[in-house]
Formats: sequence, structure tokens, C-alpha cells
Amino acid sequence: MTIIKTKLNRRSFLKASALAGGGMILSFSWLTGCKPTAEQEALGLPDEWFELNSYIKIGDNGRVTLFSPNPEFGSNVKTSMPMILADELDVDWSNVIVEQADFYPERYERQFTGGSQGIRQGWNPLRAAGAAARYLLVAAAAQTWEVSADEIKTSKGIIEHKGSGKKAHYGEMASMAATIEVPVEVKLKDIKDFNIIGTSKKNVDIEKIITGKPMFAMDYKQEGTLVSAIVHPPAFGMQLKTFDGESIKSMSGIKDVFSFHVHSDGYVQNAFDTTTHQEMVAIVGNSTWEVLQAKKALQVEWEKAPDKEITVSGWGGNQSKVKIPSGLENTDGHLARMEEYSKKPANVLRKDGNPEEAFQKAAKVLEKTYTAPYLAHNCMEPVNCYAHVTADKAEIYGPTQAPEFIINTLSERLGLPKDKIQINLARMGGGFGQRAYSHHMVEAAVISQKVGAPVKMMYTREDDMTYGIYRPTYTATYRAAIDENGKLTAIHVKAGGIPETPIAPNRFPAGAVENYLAEGWDIPSNITIGAFRAPRSNFIASAEQSFLDELAEELGKDPIDFRLELLDRATKNPVGTNNDYDPERYAGVLKLVREKANWDSPKEGVHRGVSAYFCHNSYVAEVLDLRLEGNKPVVENVVAAVDCGIVINPDAASNMGEGAIVDGIGNAFFGELPFKDGVPQKNNFNDYKMIRMSEAPKKIEVHFVKNEHAPTGLGEPLFPPVFAAVSNALYQATGKRFYTQPFGKELDNVMLRM
Amino acid sequence: MATFNLNINGKTQSVDIDPATPILWVLRDHLDLVGTKYGCGIAQCGACTIIMDGNAVRSCSIPVSAAEGTKITTIEGLSEKVDHPVQKAWMEHDVPQCGYCQAGQIMSAVALLENNPNPTDEDIDNAMNGNICRCGTYVRIKKAIKTAANS
Ligand code: FES
Ligand code: FES
Repeated sequence: MTIIKTKLNRRSFLKASALAGGGMILSFSWLTGCKPTAEQEALGLPDEWFELNSYIKIGDNGRVTLFSPNPEFGSNVKTSMPMILADELDVDWSNVIVEQADFYPERYERQFTGGSQGIRQGWNPLRAAGAAARYLLVAAAAQTWEVSADEIKTSKGIIEHKGSGKKAHYGEMASMAATIEVPVEVKLKDIKDFNIIGTSKKNVDIEKIITGKPMFAMDYKQEGTLVSAIVHPPAFGMQLKTFDGESIKSMSGIKDVFSFHVHSDGYVQNAFDTTTHQEMVAIVGNSTWEVLQAKKALQVEWEKAPDKEITVSGWGGNQSKVKIPSGLENTDGHLARMEEYSKKPANVLRKDGNPEEAFQKAAKVLEKTYTAPYLAHNCMEPVNCYAHVTADKAEIYGPTQAPEFIINTLSERLGLPKDKIQINLARMGGGFGQRAYSHHMVEAAVISQKVGAPVKMMYTREDDMTYGIYRPTYTATYRAAIDENGKLTAIHVKAGGIPETPIAPNRFPAGAVENYLAEGWDIPSNITIGAFRAPRSNFIASAEQSFLDELAEELGKDPIDFRLELLDRATKNPVGTNNDYDPERYAGVLKLVREKANWDSPKEGVHRGVSAYFCHNSYVAEVLDLRLEGNKPVVENVVAAVDCGIVINPDAASNMGEGAIVDGIGNAFFGELPFKDGVPQKNNFNDYKMIRMSEAPKKIEVHFVKNEHAPTGLGEPLFPPVFAAVSNALYQATGKRFYTQPFGKELDNVMLRM
Repeated sequence: MATFNLNINGKTQSVDIDPATPILWVLRDHLDLVGTKYGCGIAQCGACTIIMDGNAVRSCSIPVSAAEGTKITTIEGLSEKVDHPVQKAWMEHDVPQCGYCQAGQIMSAVALLENNPNPTDEDIDNAMNGNICRCGTYVRIKKAIKTAANS
């Protein structure tokens, strides 16, 4: 039996919603916007709702509303988080209405979608909220019936006391439950008693999505909303010099043209305030097309920006100065500098044993270098935001993964107290890490404040692809020392990037090799970067897992056997003490993928690559099957084995995994954003190649390890291993190793074409 | 500015507008039909796909002046009760992730099946290759199209 502290307090919650300026300002979208479905109509709406805590309302007729706290960008938290609430609350899922909670830090513990932490960190708070509300309903029944709460059972929203034959639905007890003191501690369900968690439930928004209902910030407007576009410098290292606003002000539908600063001078940024261009031009008008025409016609002059220094405050509040170098950077220059840094000694991040000696004594050294380019996130929904700022308050509705990181920025920039700024959470058309940086909310708000009207700001695809916050470019050199008996004695990795190293020094293969050295370096740049689905892991996994494949071959071992041997060492006799993975769970996914992919029975004409990685607290192994159809590589099947603890919504979890695999294959073959004189060389989908249906795998299977570990990350961990599964399969198909991403560019060398 | 009478989802609607305005922005800004999405503006992503006289077209790249006299269907006009076979198949396979591309995907799939009720894998690839799904739901889209074809 698990007892958990609820941390819920109805009084503080009520105070919070009063502060927010409208009590329950959330409404049922199908009441205000669309018609209810037949099913919803049949169930009916209650006359009155009773709030049991900030996540749960029960109607007098037994209907249940659950608020999903975290922003939804496609990982399906809007379904899986309420499933956790519903299971502990013990209600019938078909009787549940799910609503997106808006940003209320006083009411919800963590409204951040990112780092694959939503379910992991939401697990206990959501279970506690569900269980606490159930406790109140049971307590209300016990009081009403004058029986002991211990003798009362619940099932699917029905409360029953066998001894007295009394029975009621939750709605009948809700008004009294809402007056009972919230318990300090509650008992949670046993895992074996879950009946919603672990069963596949459809996306709660599916009907809205497939009927084209407005759900994205892009679709939102209020009476009198003006449209705004921005013009940002065409290159990193450039800034605004002058612009001729007057000449376009007379164009049809144009209301205003002005330049603005995103942050005020001397503003101390937080880690998510990344903003490439501090000064931009805004064009405001009546309609999108008119504004876009004016944007095209605008005459602007740019100039080179000087070196800059910004102050960034870290998590602990300590401030550091960050230098942003001037200059117009080039991909060729990046590659040359990275090569130079790869050859110099770097910062030692971890050292076990005596790697120098092992390399000196080695009979053979295998050394390989891997490189990957900058990547643009290319969320399907370009950057946009609705803002309505008046003298005393602001309403912001936009795509953000991290409202809590932008609220202070907004408050500072607008000169409004935080409690006068309401951030409402839109469904996002993708995020992939980029929407954790919500500068666009500030931009829209500043524009609205300036024109004194509600404004919908939209980046064009070209603006979106060229404004920055990219996945960095990286390079890694792996070396292995092999003694005269053909035994691996040391591994050395030196890796860096612009502007960060991708190494996680305490991850595998650290802990599995007697002599180990990890070194990192970084090169500053004015090209902004940000989280991109499994930051750093998405590169270092590709290098490490390609290298291990080549090393296994060098040692004459099967690539899965070789990894299992290393993990066996890390289990039985680990090297060092800080290893931040569980080698047995790691080995578990390799064994599962071996079984599910029939690894030991190869098929004629099918070239297979294996790869595995641990990140975001989860373990993943993947086997990718490739066939050559003429000179075209075709990914026939990908089998993934995943250990992310308890899986909340299995079919949706598979969907997420399939997406990560497709995303990885696409970026492995095609993803790249080169630079010339600071200018991104691709700005739309005609030249930035995205994976399309014909290049996607014909089939994907995602298998989950069944266990009772608390849930861990899922949105990211399936992504990093794909790259090496691709390169290792390509090697099997062509006899050539692929070291430089995107691999598509090197296919020509082996007479292949995608 | 000029006045255009457009037949959209079986209803005639009239707009007074710059003739060069792409249908996409007429739908989204002037007629409040926002199910059709903007993704690239240059006929490369398919987010803006609508059906015009039976064919899937990219509404971001067709001026409103070319729309008069045609019959346009958008995602909003596909069915009254969310029961178009393609919509039902999308639900069965729980296709969407973020959902942003899905209206365009569905409209391309509907046009495909109207013209070719039993498409091969290759037919599906060809018809759907103009629609990017950044979330990578392609495997499910293909399954859903096959389910819809069989219903
Ligand atoms: S917006 Fe029309 S194809 Fe991309
Ligand atoms: S579901 Fe997100 S782009 Fe397709």
C-alpha cells in the first residue's frame, strides 16, 4: 500500500482562482464553440459543478471534468495525464470531459512540457489529486449514510456500502465532498488494480482535429484582432540599421509599421529567454495577405552587429555574463574550427583507470570521427501568438511548452504585475523543444501594447526557419584501445560543438570499460541554439552507437552480444561510482529487441542495424531493416524495445514512438541547415528536405518492457538511437561506414539515391 | 478589390477582396474556416490542402480569382456527423499527434480515394507525398487510408 502526501489545499486553490480574475474562467469548448456529440448530449451536463481540487470537478449528475495541466504539443499528455487522475478517482472514462488547464502556477505543480518529464513528474501529483478527490466523495457518503468509510467501495463513479445496501453516484455526494477538509495523506491504488492506466484510450481531441475545429493559437482571434508580421535580420550577426516604414503604410489594409526591442536594455535573461534578434520590424494590418504583401515591399537596411554581452541568471539565481561574438559565420568555417578543436586537449569530464597507458600499450587503436549539422525544428505550426495588452492587463494565447519561463519576462517587459497577465495554453502544432523558448509571446505582447489592440502575430515559414534556436552542430571522435589478445582495454571520447559539448560523461559506456576518458569542448557563436528532441543525446547516441558497431566488428563480435558483454561488466563489476543508468534495464531492452526483431535469423536481402540508448530515464533499443530496391534504400521495418516503466496509454505511446523513429530517419538522411555569411541557406520546405511518406518505414513496431517502475520519459528516448540504426544498416547494405550526417548526401558515393 | 462568389462546402459565400489573395487566407481570415492550415505558403507541405472540383489542391498557392465557378470542400465540409469513412478510419487508428497537418492529410486522402477507391501502396505514397507530417504519423496515415478504402 502506498500512502502519498496530497499537497492539496482547497483554500489556497480558491484564493488562486480568485486572483486569476474570474474564478473558473475555463469553459467547455463544446458548449461555447462546437456542438456536443451525441454521446455528450446523452450524458448531459450537470446543473452544478463542484470543485474537489484544481484538477477535478464533479457535476451533480455524476459527470466528471478533469483538467490536464501541461501544454499539449502532440505527445498526447492531454489524454494520458487525465487518465492517471481518472484511474485514482475511480471513474468511468467515458463519463469524463477533459479540459486544457490554462497557466495557473498557484494551482498546478509543473506546467512544463519538455525533457520528457510530463508523465514522470506528474505521476505522483496526479495520482494524489485523483485519490484525494475519491477520498472526499467516500467521506461524504460515510457521513451521509452514517457508516464507516473503510466499509465503502467505489467503482466507475459509483459509491457503495454493501452492509446497508446504500448506493450513490459521485454526483450525489459531490456537493458535500466539496465541503470536507482535504486529507493531508491519501492511500493510492495498488498497481494491479489500475483499470484505465495501461489501456489504450483515444486522443481526447481526435474529433476536433479531424473536423478542423479551431484549437491552435494560429486559429484564434477576438473581435477587432489585427494581424501582424515581423521582419527579422536575414543573417546571424546582423542587426537593424534603418527601414522605410512610411512607404508601405499607405498599402491596402496596413495600420502601422514600427521597430521594437524584444527585451528592454540591461534585462537579465533566464535560460529560456533565448532571442536571436533583439530588434525587429513589426507590420500590423487588417488581414494576413495584406500584411504579407507589405512585408515583401518593406525596404530595410541591415548592418553588422558588434560583439555583445548579455546577463543570464541561472537556476540558483546566480548571474553570469555571456559573450555573443560578432561576425558572419559559415558552415565551412564551423567545420574547420571543430576539426581544430577535436585535435586539441579538451576539458576532462570523466576519467576511469589509466586510459593513456592503455592506448600506449594497445596493439591496435580504432579511431573514428562523426559530425552532424545544425538542424531546424520546423514545427508544422510556424511561430505565432495572440496577445491583447491593455493599460492594466494582458491576455496571451500562444504555443508554449513553458509558460512558467516566460511569465517574468512578460511582466518585466510590459510593466504589468504577473497576476495581471493571463497566459492561456493553446494546443501546439509541434514543439520539439523549440517552443520552450517563448520570445514570440513577448513579441506579440509588445506589438499589441504599441498598437493598443488585440494582435495575432505570425511568422512566415521563412521567418520561422531562419530565426534560430537550432539543434547545434557537433563532432565527436571515439577511440578504442585493443590489446594483443584482441581485448578491448580503453575507450576515449572527445566531443564538442557550437556552442556546447554533447557528452553526458556518466552514461554508458562509462562504467563498462576499465579505462575510460571523456573530454568535451565548445566554441561560442552568435547562432542561437535550443533544446531539440533529446538535446545532445540526439547526436552523441548516433556517434557512440555507430562506433560500438564498428568496434564489435573489429573484435569479431555480434553487435548485440558485444553491448550485452559491456553491460554485464557494468552490472557485475561497474567501473566508477557515478554511472547514471541501470545496466540490467539497458540489457533488458537489447534482449527484447533481439527477440522481437528475430535478430538471430537474418533474412535474405534485408540489411539490419541495431542501436540502443538511455536518456530521459528510459531505455530503448532499435533494429532497423533496410532493403535496396534498385539503387534506393527502403526502410522496411523498425522494431523498438522500450523500458519507460508503466505505460499509461499504450497505443498513443506507440504512436509517439513511431513518430520519433520517423523523425530520426528523416533527420539522419536529410536534416541539415548550412550557413553562409551568417545566412541560413534554407528557408522553406522546397530546400529543407523533410521526410515524406514514401521515405518513411513501411512498418514500425514498438514493444514495451512490462514492469511496475514508475513511468519515465517517452517523447524523446526513441529518437537518439535511430540515427545509428540507420548508419549501421547502411553499412550492412553498402560495405561503407557513414560518419557524416545527413547520410543522404553520401549515398551518391555508393551509387544510392533516396 | 473585387467581389467573388465562392461555392464552399455547398454554400455560396461572397467576399470583396484583392484578387491575388490565396484561397487559404480567404478561408482563414475572411470566412473563419480555420481548419485549413498554413505551413509553408509555397505548395510544399500540404497543410493547406482543400478539394477543388474533386482534386486535392494547395490553397496557399491558388488565388481567389481562380476559385470562382469551382466547387470547394474544406475539412469543415467533409461530413455533418464526423462519419466520413476517412474520418472514421482516422479515429480507429488514432492517427494524429500534434494534429496540425491532419486536415491537409485527410483532404489529400479523401481526394485520393474519390479518384482511386483501391489504391496500392505506391498510389498512396504518390498521392500523399505532398503532405508533410512533422510528427511522423505516416505509418498510421497509410493504415487509415487502407481501412477507409476497405469500408
Ligand atoms: S501551406 Fe500550402 S502547401 Fe504548405
Ligand atoms: S500530426 Fe503533427 S505534423 Fe502531423
